[in-house]
Amino acid sequence: MGLNVNLAGLELSNPVIPASGTFGFGYEFAELYDINILGSIALKGTTLAPRFGNPTPRIAECTSGMINSVGLQNPGIDAVISEEIPKLARFYTKPVIANISGFSQDEYVTCCQKANAVKEIGAVELNISCPNVHNGGMSFGTSADCAFELTKAVKKVLSKPLFVKLSPNVTDIASIAKACEEAGADGISLINTLLGMRIDLKTRKPVIANKKGGFSGPAIFPVALRMVYEVYEAVKIPIIGMGGVTSARDVIEMMLAGANAVQVGAANLIDPYACRDIIYSLPEEMEKLGIKNITDIIGGAH
Amino acid sequence: MKKSPFEIISNELIAKNIYRMRLSGDTSAISAAGQFVNIELPGFFLRRPISVCDAEGDMLTLIYKVVGTGTEFMRELTPGQSLDLMTGLGNGFDISGEFKRPMLLGGGAGAAPLYLLAKKLCETGKNPEVVLGFNSADEVFLSRDFASLGCETIITTADGSTGIKGFAPDGAAVFHTMPDYIFCCGPKPMLRAVYDAFDLPGQYSFEERMGCGFGACMGCSMMTSEGAKRVCRDGPVFKREVLIWD
Repeated sequence: MGLNVNLAGLELSNPVIPASGTFGFGYEFAELYDINILGSIALKGTTLAPRFGNPTPRIAECTSGMINSVGLQNPGIDAVISEEIPKLARFYTKPVIANISGFSQDEYVTCCQKANAVKEIGAVELNISCPNVHNGGMSFGTSADCAFELTKAVKKVLSKPLFVKLSPNVTDIASIAKACEEAGADGISLINTLLGMRIDLKTRKPVIANKKGGFSGPAIFPVALRMVYEVYEAVKIPIIGMGGVTSARDVIEMMLAGANAVQVGAANLIDPYACRDIIYSLPEEMEKLGIKNITDIIGGAH
Repeated sequence: MKKSPFEIISNELIAKNIYRMRLSGDTSAISAAGQFVNIELPGFFLRRPISVCDAEGDMLTLIYKVVGTGTEFMRELTPGQSLDLMTGLGNGFDISGEFKRPMLLGGGAGAAPLYLLAKKLCETGKNPEVVLGFNSADEVFLSRDFASLGCETIITTADGSTGIKGFAPDGAAVFHTMPDYIFCCGPKPMLRAVYDAFDLPGQYSFEERMGCGFGACMGCSMMTSEGAKRVCRDGPVFKREVLIWD
């Protein structure tokens, strides 16, 4: 049975990747199981300068999901490269995916330049879709022109594959994916979280200090699937599909919609073994469905 | 840190909105007082973090306050039911210090993790003085349990309906000897009041809304003099000298 997939030149032993922001820098999970079984790891969103992120509370529960407004807390690209990646490298020997965010084109470019020089980093995921920061993140990803300009700029400094991570909070995600492809992106990651909110009935105020946040979890799976399906029809470059994936069956469904690989996000937070268990059960589910090689089904629903 | 099933042995009301749940399972990951468990509740997406009140052999005791839909669901659970727990989460209190006369101050449900702490301190011969602060008499719990460990225990209530009228620091004034070390757990205003009242070294246990409970999501961070820390992983217990108040 074949589980290996290729992502714009990056060979993965299986298509399952923990999503950025739900797996830290990976090593916490190494306490629980051998994380080398993971196809790759999308690291916590990283910016040029260290960031604390938004005020707390920044987590709220929803039916079949959750809202976060962490706001890109991270120690900054230099500390990620000098401290976090070496710590992870003690437990994980495959190439990882750096998730890069920023507040200006220069910042994105500088971070990509630094990431490009790190041997453990196999690809860069350009986060132009964080809903939790102002004047950055998502503001680059909600207009096709901005996405084009930024992709083009970072592509100039990257020799590693570039995946652009798109926001679902747009009217036409396919046109933005197309703009990224035209600008030279090697692949598209989708979807980031959906903007949402909750209100505390006792205080009559938003639960989240920042009022709004990114909604994720199984509730958003159908939305993510539909968007992957649409983007697959618009671009030729590989797609990493994500949004509410919690089982091997979800992985297969996401790949049928057009994903070459799949990221697992919120599921990691409630069950740290989620990715491991999905990888373990994937061959069995494939067998039941008569799938020989997982790559055979990519885009099979079209 | 460990993820394993536990069976509910009992689940009973012990004070107004306060329940004690005893569970049986593998407690081997629990290495310090002040750690917490994260409980998966059927029908809820996020787990519920609850501090460990006691852990001995395969018996785990939790005390929780009903504050929302998750804990409302928990209070309806009955003996024999099974729950999936993440155990051994958080750093817990460090009792290795040079102090001789520790004082424990708990506010409301914050009294719960201090019980295991008191037990461990008594085992080392450093029996702590204990002050437990509550809003009113009907919310008081655990006072006799601390006393039977051999701890002098003072109760304060905000409305004066039992014990000393006032807050936990007011109760501390009753003791004749000055402590040389503070352990504190409670809501943030209470932690701040204790911090201001005692210019002594000590450890303060914080709570925050959590996503994962084991350090992956950065949902529960707080700023300290040593940078951003995760309440769930780097805490919930922080030393006095690193605290920064908003």
